[in-house]
Amino acid sequence: MAIVLNHKPGLVVYLTAGDPSLNATRAIALESIDAGADVIELGVPFSDPLADGPIIQRASERALARGTNLKDVLALAAEIRNERPKAGIILFTYFNPVLRYGLKKFVDAAGAAGADGVLVTDLIVEEAAEYLAEMERVHLAPVFLAAPTSPDERLEAIATHSKGFVYAISRVGITGTQQNLTSDAASLVARIRRWTTLPVAVGFGISNAEHFAQVAEFADAAVVGSAIVELIERSTPETAPGAVARFIKGLRQPAVALAR
Amino acid sequence: MASVILPAAPSESRPGRFGIYGGRYVPETLMAALVELEHEYETAKADAAFQAELASLLKDFAGRPTPLYFAKRLTEELGGAKIYLKREDLLHTGAHKINNALGQALLARRMGKKRVIAETGAGQHGVATATVCALLGMECVIYMGDVDMARQELNVLRMRLLGAEVRGVSSGSKTLKDAISEAMRDWVTNVRTTYYLLGSALGAHPYPTMVRDFHRCISIEMKKQILEKEGRLPTAIIACVGGGSNAIGAFYEFIPDREVRLIGVEAGGCGTELGQHAARFRGGEPGVLQGTYSYVLQDENGQIAATHSVSAGLDYASIGPEHAALHDSGRAEYVSQDDAAALDAVVKLARTEGILPALESAHAVAEALRIAPSMSVRDILVVNLSGRGDKDMGILARELNLQGA
Repeated sequence: MAIVLNHKPGLVVYLTAGDPSLNATRAIALESIDAGADVIELGVPFSDPLADGPIIQRASERALARGTNLKDVLALAAEIRNERPKAGIILFTYFNPVLRYGLKKFVDAAGAAGADGVLVTDLIVEEAAEYLAEMERVHLAPVFLAAPTSPDERLEAIATHSKGFVYAISRVGITGTQQNLTSDAASLVARIRRWTTLPVAVGFGISNAEHFAQVAEFADAAVVGSAIVELIERSTPETAPGAVARFIKGLRQPAVALAR
Repeated sequence: MASVILPAAPSESRPGRFGIYGGRYVPETLMAALVELEHEYETAKADAAFQAELASLLKDFAGRPTPLYFAKRLTEELGGAKIYLKREDLLHTGAHKINNALGQALLARRMGKKRVIAETGAGQHGVATATVCALLGMECVIYMGDVDMARQELNVLRMRLLGAEVRGVSSGSKTLKDAISEAMRDWVTNVRTTYYLLGSALGAHPYPTMVRDFHRCISIEMKKQILEKEGRLPTAIIACVGGGSNAIGAFYEFIPDREVRLIGVEAGGCGTELGQHAARFRGGEPGVLQGTYSYVLQDENGQIAATHSVSAGLDYASIGPEHAALHDSGRAEYVSQDDAAALDAVVKLARTEGILPALESAHAVAEALRIAPSMSVRDILVVNLSGRGDKDMGILARELNLQGA
């Protein structure tokens, strides 16, 4: 399966699976797709999310407290695939749950669930040989992170080994919302494009319609994570899907969003 | 498949690997900094001026070489192997941690970094880092779990007195593991200006190698001293293992000497269930935590387990990757001693030798107390006494009921 960005710019929505419950995550994912998300990144909750800021840390703790595990997230991916055959689905995880599940078994299960790709936050290209071979075997797209601090030779490797899209980190730091986008993002995207024709998605700190519009000027898609996870935190399980859908529609309508 | 950067060779032959363990499992944002650090470290290592400055500070500021002390009364009382204590507890700031803190702080200065961050468990690495930052005039931020701040309060106060900012960490188990995660988040955010002075032989390459090298002085001195005193190598070297920095420093020069047993002592805590101890080789499985592939205490879903030890410095879910390799190859043995045995060992050493060991080091003493009586009087045990116990007076007062005695 290929990841298709149906909108211009595309929107990738990150959700911590199991927060506040697996059923709620499913409903939020479906509403998000219907509201204009091209790709859902399903976050596998991890006990020690060292690349994440407080919002996703709290979401992970809530999901783990409910007993969410990797197997549940794979089942959730299959349900979303079943309901929305055309949406992109990426599994977003730290490496240890995958290792414990078994790399080969995980890749097989992810493929069987209908996921399009996988992003392992703490797996860099140098350590990824076995992972890449397994992903290739079942035609899953490995998505790697590219950072503003990555020198050109690393960007070349990241771009060469990524499939589906390249995930450009907008700023030096952990996940979370922010007031202003830095100039790091645009120059990073320009550097990545020297090595690949894949779409480039920009994430980390994309929190509102203004950011979304800014990213649209130089990238193919934006990843929105913490802002939506925080919205879910402030909602009830019943109101969260609607609230997230409205937020997503607002991202594409800056004037409406600003007027609210 | 394109092979840009990807190694053609199997993982064992790559730098930063100890057997299959070690490596680099970090967010991409940190990779450039780790590569730069590796390069700077290799350059500094070969630089005579750097080595001379470090040697001078280790001697005149930290107090090296540390004595190798024959524990005569303890030996007589146990009636078996001769017991020597490598007195890292006599170093400035009270533990071996200063060896590595000095080395890395000089490296930070060489790299032009003015802000230093570190994690700490028992607070000994935090105190050592705060000390070298004061010495070199650098800004210092220490991350420490809330649980550890409460149980090692004296060290929190020492760090503040030395001018460091101590930031409490309230996530997860509020201990060393969470302090490392928070320090890594700070480093990811401030990587362009900040040096992460990691305090154990843990984390992504080059840290496990670099931290080990800065503690090699322990076994270099130990070997020379035991040969001077006994004319032969010891039967065994015993060291406690949290992340494993004092142990790898005490073991390293003896690894080729196959006749010398290397014994690492993990924290047995208060029970054998997951969550009650920090004995990674008893209940852990290989996995990735905080940048490195090693044994990790974890549940069946790959979530990191809670740990327990009376000693904050051993209370950690993973172990340095070089120890994982030494374990698998059989070159080193790893055992555990529980909270009660460590407390007993504190009292025993205090009352037979007048030496108050840190609770961490007391785990190594406890193992010596266990095995010495059944050994021959011809056998020699060297215990690496990695730190002193002043910091533990609050815990000791409570656990040993000292107040009303």
